[in-house]
Amino acid sequence: MIAKFRLGKNWLYIPLVFMAVFYLIPMYVMLVTGFKSFAEVDLKTMWNLPSGIAFDNYVEAFAKLAPSLGNSFAMVIPATLLSSALGSLNGFILAKWKFRGADFIFPFILFGMFIPYQSILIPLVQFMHAVGITGLPGLALAHIIYGIPITTLTFRNYYAGLPQELLEAAKIDGADMLGIYRHILLPISIPSFVVVLIWQFTSAWNDFLFAVVLTGNTQWPITVALNNMAGSQIIAWNVQMAGSLLAALPTLLVYVFLGRYFLRGLLAGSLKG
Amino acid sequence: MFRDKDRYLSVLLISPSILAVLIFIYGFISWSVRVSLSKWKGLNPDYTWNALNNYIELFKDPRFHVDVRNTLIFTGVFVVGSIVVGFLLAVMLDQGLKGEGFFRSLFLFPMAISYIVTGVVWRWLMNPAEGTRTSGLNLLFSYLHLDFLQNAWHTTPYWGMAAIALAAVWQMSGYTMALYLAGLRSIPAELREAAQIDGANELEIYRHIILPLLSPVTLSALIILGHMSLKVFDLIIAIAGKQYPLDVPAIYMWQTTFDGHFYGRGAAIGILLLISVALLIIPYIRYTLKTEVQQ
Repeated sequence: MIAKFRLGKNWLYIPLVFMAVFYLIPMYVMLVTGFKSFAEVDLKTMWNLPSGIAFDNYVEAFAKLAPSLGNSFAMVIPATLLSSALGSLNGFILAKWKFRGADFIFPFILFGMFIPYQSILIPLVQFMHAVGITGLPGLALAHIIYGIPITTLTFRNYYAGLPQELLEAAKIDGADMLGIYRHILLPISIPSFVVVLIWQFTSAWNDFLFAVVLTGNTQWPITVALNNMAGSQIIAWNVQMAGSLLAALPTLLVYVFLGRYFLRGLLAGSLKG
Repeated sequence: MFRDKDRYLSVLLISPSILAVLIFIYGFISWSVRVSLSKWKGLNPDYTWNALNNYIELFKDPRFHVDVRNTLIFTGVFVVGSIVVGFLLAVMLDQGLKGEGFFRSLFLFPMAISYIVTGVVWRWLMNPAEGTRTSGLNLLFSYLHLDFLQNAWHTTPYWGMAAIALAAVWQMSGYTMALYLAGLRSIPAELREAAQIDGANELEIYRHIILPLLSPVTLSALIILGHMSLKVFDLIIAIAGKQYPLDVPAIYMWQTTFDGHFYGRGAAIGILLLISVALLIIPYIRYTLKTEVQQ
């Protein structure tokens, strides 16, 4: 009976492996093409393995994309740190230090997470030009502000799950609000910080829409630079493949090493945190 | 109960964020609405009152009709595809097989990648060239003797959008898998055992017990994926650029505003997108917060 049951489930590996191949196909093409030498690259043999390991494509793609990779890091790091810090503070206040109207305000903040940015794009560009915050600082600012809803949500849900007694005890001991935040909540929110930092890093790194309207060609982050490289007739497809891998690498590495937290961020994004 | 000082401090600390949300979200939406009701066409702002004319012209615009059709095709293929694939993956991974963690990570990793990277790679996978220039998936199909599967992908007339949705399913089905897996894990084992004792087979258990219990997950997935497909933009740009047959509202908005300087029309498209997203999302937020209170 048990043996039959086991056999009955093992056939599931067939569809699972089939699906795994489907998910890996684009990765395979990116990697294999990247490692071929220029001489060996041909669309007709794109599925063949390389005859040796060459780095021509990566070197060429890196030479073209290095400035925009730098731009991406310069913009994403401050945007990630600041929007996470704000989210933690807001989440704490909305969950544990409710002022009048806190429950009324929260859904309005949440809605901001879902809006199509096309509905604020014209004012955003006009505003940034009017106040003179353009290029990368403007892009970072946009990511900080439009990141507030999701970071606030994640922290609020986490803090709301903590027992109220934790705070009451500290209050009786004479701790004030900031003291409670710094000494009690902050140390235990490290996992939530990891979730939010990863989420913000990934979404700011992968953003295209804000980047394409807020930055000019010397300040393009990697997504815009890669897209323009792919759209140009001069740059060969093999270099585009290598460039795609370079563009994907930072978020892929984060995913490989911190995937567990990445998943929690994903679920929070559907309000199911 | 709270000291007054702390009460003021909490309001003081949260007010910059609330102010930012008020201005950058609600203020800017109102500003966009005003632009959509203006005659602004050209580099200099022009707020001359134009009533609903930008909207009326859009509804008569053949390009906008193409956009609506494409959005419907994309939504259908993307939402149904991601839900079906995600659900099947979740059910398979819920059987306690060895290597579950490995498969789960594998199915989810495309989520970490940008639509632009996905698009650039799929653009070459879905290369429509024929004959001796055949490449990409079409070439792979010919290796596997599955030539009947060869097709023109996103250059297929009328249905080209479905090919783009396929790349989106590749990217997002891991996400629905994660949602369903979380849902499956929250179903108590006793329920399945009780059904087994009553003589129900595996299929009946899924049909009568598990599927109904997962309907809130399906609803979330429908809404989240549905609102994503209304906003689809980068993926199409990276696969096909700006092509009329593959146009969607988000691309039309971008092009007419920033290339054509027709701000009035661009704002109107933005607001129409916002309204369609709001119709999905506002009931969802209300429902989620209500169930949260009940718990």
